[in-house]
Amino acid sequence: MNFLAPIGRVFLSFLATIGRLAIFTGQALGSAWHPPYYPRNILRQMIEIGYYSLPVVGLTAIFTGAVLALQSYSGFSRFSAEGSIAIVVVLSITRELGPVLAGLMVAGRIGAAFAAEIGTMRVTEQIDALTTLSTNPMKYLVFPRLLAGVLMMPCLVLLADIIGVMGGYLLSIHKLGFAPEPYINNTFEFLEAKDVISGLVKAAVFGFIITLMGCYHGYHSGRGAQGVGTATTNAVVSSSILILLSNYLITELFFAV
Amino acid sequence: MTLIVPKISVRDVHKAFGSNVVLDGSTLDVAKGESLVIIGGSGTGKSVLLKCVLGLLRPDSGKIEVDGQNVIGLNGADKMAYMGRIGMLFQGAALFDSLKVWENVAFGLMQGKGTPKKLAREIALEKLNDVGLAPRVADLMPAELSGGMQKRVGLARAVAGDPEIIFFDEPTTGLDPIMADVINDLIVECTREKGITTMTITHDMASAKKIATSVAMIYEGKIIWRGDAGEIYDSGNAYVDQFVHGRAQGPISFGQGQAQHEVQKA
Repeated sequence: MNFLAPIGRVFLSFLATIGRLAIFTGQALGSAWHPPYYPRNILRQMIEIGYYSLPVVGLTAIFTGAVLALQSYSGFSRFSAEGSIAIVVVLSITRELGPVLAGLMVAGRIGAAFAAEIGTMRVTEQIDALTTLSTNPMKYLVFPRLLAGVLMMPCLVLLADIIGVMGGYLLSIHKLGFAPEPYINNTFEFLEAKDVISGLVKAAVFGFIITLMGCYHGYHSGRGAQGVGTATTNAVVSSSILILLSNYLITELFFAV
Repeated sequence: MTLIVPKISVRDVHKAFGSNVVLDGSTLDVAKGESLVIIGGSGTGKSVLLKCVLGLLRPDSGKIEVDGQNVIGLNGADKMAYMGRIGMLFQGAALFDSLKVWENVAFGLMQGKGTPKKLAREIALEKLNDVGLAPRVADLMPAELSGGMQKRVGLARAVAGDPEIIFFDEPTTGLDPIMADVINDLIVECTREKGITTMTITHDMASAKKIATSVAMIYEGKIIWRGDAGEIYDSGNAYVDQFVHGRAQGPISFGQGQAQHEVQKA
């Protein structure tokens, strides 16, 4: 029966990881109730996540919107449905591509940065030093990042929505020869609040996932440069997968037939 | 006869990582104002013992008391209060690299004790002056400093909160002999006159001789010898003799057991 042992081992270590992650999350959120609060840390992380991710997210959105318009045009023109391009672009962007692509880009940027920074702090004993200076590292390092992620990702995605729709608009007007006014009317005629809100809810969840994975893997980083490298890789990979998984679950929640 | 409560009391502390036993019943007392240096080879459990007393690691069994009060498994406010009474100089100084030098020194004051920024900066400059650093260093980033200067800043940070106990983790490792001696002098200066109790782990005998009032030797997770600093070169203990004279031959073998401890540390 020895061949069962590795299966059990993998399963047990999977459960142990879930448990550690749950405790980590609980400690991070639980630390936030009592003062001191660290508004400066929260603000700095909000700038890091929200402001410095703007170029990456904006570029992703504008090209995605343009490609969407181009692809739907070449597909829809086969059955004379060019009029639907505007609504296809706006629905795809707000419901799916805005939050998911922004989430993946931010996972690469922020997840990696957090894991590397906190991992280096772990390796160089700076986290232990925080504790010896009467500062709870969960509260000082982790919670501000989680909060900033949850607050800033919806803002980023709202901007990505606008820029993405604009990308589709620019391409349709200048390349495909649509008239501006009908295109804009088409865009907003069938758009519902739910389409945008579901995307923003996704964004908040993704923001939590990205920052949590970055902090968790950094916090439990192994020793040395290799440990930090592994932590960074794990943070990006796990947050990307969890983004795609939770994206499905949230979509199911909002739009299940 | 009155019973004197030791400042730090470690009783039969065990700590294992998985199947690897690191501390195997360590017992140790440190009196108030004493400067105890714990010597021992790499991987003999020095760091783990220090981290248990600091509260960064939780021992599997045993008692650790400071002033007769248990310090194992403290949480929340109790833990922060305990941390407010101690200082720690880390091996690599562990300065926060996103903060300026003076902010590092004042960190415990500002974040832990809520001292106003202006006053905290004044205290930080004073503490930097105590370790021989000019005020212009205060506004540099830690990465701009040499290893020796980082250690000094770390020392200034450790003493900034006026702690009752300071822990030193290999304070001279990685420094040239002259800088090591400067740090040793500073440690003595910053602690002995103020009656601060200190616990140092090192394998640098020059450092041990300079800063210790008493010495303990740890081997395979147990304290195997403890005595006054003066007795160290005629301890009559074969293990201590081998270590302080740095001989490859002797009762301490760097074989299987050593390798296992190294694996745990990695």
